[in-house]
Amino acid sequence: MAVTTSGTLPDEVYDIVVIGAGVVGAAIARELSRYPLRIALVEASGDVGDGTSKANTAILHTGFDAVPGSLESRLVREGQRRLAAYAAEAGIPVEPVGALLVAWNEEQLAALPRLVEKADRNEYHETRLIGADELYALEPHLGPGALGALAVPGESIICPWTTTLAYATEAVRDGADLHLNCRVTGVGGGAPHELSTVRGPLRTHILINAAGLYADEIDRWLGHADFTVTPRRGQLLVFDKLARGLVRHILLPVPTALGKGVLVAPTVYGNVLLGPTAEDLDDRTATGSTAEGLAFLRERGERILPELLDEEVTAVYAGLRAATEESDYRIRCDPDRRCLTVGGIRSTGLTASMAIAAHVVELLTEAGEKLGEPSERPAVRMPNIGEAFPRPYQRADLIAADPEYGRIVCHCERVSHGEIRDALASTIPPSTPEGLRRRTRARGGRCQGFYCGAAVRALFSPEGTSEAAGGPGGPGSTGASTASRASGSGTSSLLPEVGP
Amino acid sequence: MSATNRDGLAAPGPGRRTRAVDVLVIGAGPAGLAAAARLAAAGAGTVEVVDREEQAGGVPRHCYHSGFGLRELRRPMSGPAYARHWCELAAGAGATVRTGVSVTGWAEQPGRGTLALDTTSPAGLERITAGAVVLATGARERPRSARLVPGTRPAGVFTTGELQQAVHLRHQRVGTRALVVGAEPVGYSAVRTLRGAGVEIAAMVTDQPRHQTSWASGLGARLHHRVPLLTGTTVTGLLGRGRLAGVALRHRDGRTTTVACDTVVFTGDWIPDHELARLGGIELDRGTRGPAVDTAFRTAAAGVFAVGNLLHAVEPAGTAAREGTLVAVPVLRHLADGAWPGGQVPVEVDAPLRWVAPNRIDPRGPRPPLGRFTLRTTRTAGRLSALVISQDGRFLHRERLRRGSVPNRPLYASADWIDGADPHGGPVVITAG
Repeated sequence: MAVTTSGTLPDEVYDIVVIGAGVVGAAIARELSRYPLRIALVEASGDVGDGTSKANTAILHTGFDAVPGSLESRLVREGQRRLAAYAAEAGIPVEPVGALLVAWNEEQLAALPRLVEKADRNEYHETRLIGADELYALEPHLGPGALGALAVPGESIICPWTTTLAYATEAVRDGADLHLNCRVTGVGGGAPHELSTVRGPLRTHILINAAGLYADEIDRWLGHADFTVTPRRGQLLVFDKLARGLVRHILLPVPTALGKGVLVAPTVYGNVLLGPTAEDLDDRTATGSTAEGLAFLRERGERILPELLDEEVTAVYAGLRAATEESDYRIRCDPDRRCLTVGGIRSTGLTASMAIAAHVVELLTEAGEKLGEPSERPAVRMPNIGEAFPRPYQRADLIAADPEYGRIVCHCERVSHGEIRDALASTIPPSTPEGLRRRTRARGGRCQGFYCGAAVRALFSPEGTSEAAGGPGGPGSTGASTASRASGSGTSSLLPEVGP
Repeated sequence: MSATNRDGLAAPGPGRRTRAVDVLVIGAGPAGLAAAARLAAAGAGTVEVVDREEQAGGVPRHCYHSGFGLRELRRPMSGPAYARHWCELAAGAGATVRTGVSVTGWAEQPGRGTLALDTTSPAGLERITAGAVVLATGARERPRSARLVPGTRPAGVFTTGELQQAVHLRHQRVGTRALVVGAEPVGYSAVRTLRGAGVEIAAMVTDQPRHQTSWASGLGARLHHRVPLLTGTTVTGLLGRGRLAGVALRHRDGRTTTVACDTVVFTGDWIPDHELARLGGIELDRGTRGPAVDTAFRTAAAGVFAVGNLLHAVEPAGTAAREGTLVAVPVLRHLADGAWPGGQVPVEVDAPLRWVAPNRIDPRGPRPPLGRFTLRTTRTAGRLSALVISQDGRFLHRERLRRGSVPNRPLYASADWIDGADPHGGPVVITAG
């Protein structure tokens, strides 16, 4: 078990290498790490979950509106059950708030009964049609003009950051290697596979491609040309926590011929999300927001929840869904070449991740790979960064045992010095202040660093030699110092991945 | 439902200690410290100031330029010296100043009886009950996200507050070439901090037709620091991955350009830190976004006062401190008689005016500080412009603006008309004539 961020890679032949430490790749590595295998998870970025997995709508779906009979439908349904159970065990924040698909015109209202049927075919039977009066009783701040809604009580909100981190942490603790800042630049033709990476060669018997936006590129190196990834950008606005009282459910749009539309949803951190846009692009790095996108979202949001627009915006972000020309997932095993590709996981990867991982194991087994006997182990316990459960600053017992949990550094999000210290000493420490934010929420609040930015950075780089980055840090810039600090840290913690 | 104790409050959670003080001041900036100093000196009983930062003093702690204290203390001081002055005054008068204490919420909605606030500090959880509460939580600059500036999310993006703390308090390196957004006084503070840290300044930009600082400060920046000022210009996007590479700009006439820089500082565009007020359901003023207060700094919640830049984001530190001093008399009166006025008359503004503070009047109440109301406008207007004050269509007062009006700079309206306002009438409205 090792986490490396720089230098050459181990001179060994791994049993399995998983390319891509997003939520899907991390889930696969976690599932495989239960077997007596040498596993490596390799990631181009300096952190796990640093691509699409960090920038989505953070919803744990029921799969009620998937294409019935598709692989996605089955894996979302199974994955939802698996992840809900795992989240409870691992301390991943989840809030079962339920969703309402709000119909704003007759066409949308007429579409709702068909969605009930579709949900039934997706084996989700809890949907319920509700009239306008009940809708406004449930959501009193909803804008005027809604005609009715479809209630989907099983939809939940979840912390996408903790989910990926929990998977990867468990994989590493079970003996997998995690190589960060390790972009794969080519795959050789022989057996075992010889991968070229920016950190040198890496060899493996079995290769799993979970590279998300780059999955088609890696597939082509393996001699496959099944699909092409077309990034679909989703821009989102995160509103101030003071807006949280405006909305109780996930307010989903009714899908129509004109596309899926924009949702309003609470987040497990106590904010309100508005988005996403859906823009097909060519550039797989275009994670910037645009004036047009933000104006579009605000216009839509004004209709759904007018008072939301009076609140301050805490953050703006954009993620790229890995869409392909096909609507279903592209999960293919090539037994001859001993490789497997998990592609086309667009919007439902977070929900389906654990079922995708189980499916991958099935496919490998069917292909004749001998994985050995899986061992059972307890789930990790992650620090809680959600609002539905007590946070350290609210816990007298914890602060009495270690006053650092009462020393708040990030005031907007009420993140204590103790939590930041724990994150820096954790199994997979953050390599940038942004990684620290995803682990603790430090500097992620309404002031965006006006009060705490310099203090958080001082904790992140206590030597004081690194730059005051004033915002997200550069990728991979502090990998080496992070590793040395984590290993050299002698501080004990009451909460390192052993949360409340 | 949780059990309630004698005061009718929900029982504090396990391990939360309960204490009582006479006055709890929240925020140890100039306003809060001045309030505590005067209250303690006047014998208000136990006066406690809590601040979530590790050091008391508020924003002046990291404003290393001079110019503080000129008006009220009659000597020029640096921000940190000014902050120390008020800390010493408060402590010397017998107030308790506790730092590293975060107020996390109200035990029950204020204004309905007992005032009680929950706190977290390294010493544990507390519930502090108080006879009066003074909110002095200040204001912050809107960050890039709240300004909806599109583009990538690179490193190198600051507000002045973060910049000053990084440079002056933490001695962190900032960057090599910066763009400063905003040209009100705080923008010029950012220029000084950047230059002191050895950062080249590519330009200052403002969407206004001119800068909004003193002519001396503006001229000094241009000549002494050689900072070009781009007026009528908005930021349309941030560029660069990992680290900021440039800022895209658009001039009012449609021209666009990109300034290469690795640092951008978003200055000004202040918003009150009103979270605690809102958590308590305390009514805000639509214009200022701070608690609505009358001329005696009384909010809509009985026993809760508010002072400083929470009320008007932002005025100079000296103004905040003056309000802290002035709040002592009404606090003492409330502690003595428990009275709280109702039915005050709102004071509102019409566009292009943005806000007025204070924004409630009790025609029998005191005059506002220095006998005047403070306003902001969104538009520049010439010397012939005036403010017109009326109530229910009835003319109350007209005031010539001798220097015209400039956004982000204070305008003042005399309070001489208060006696003529109808205490039972509708809102008093101030318009720009």
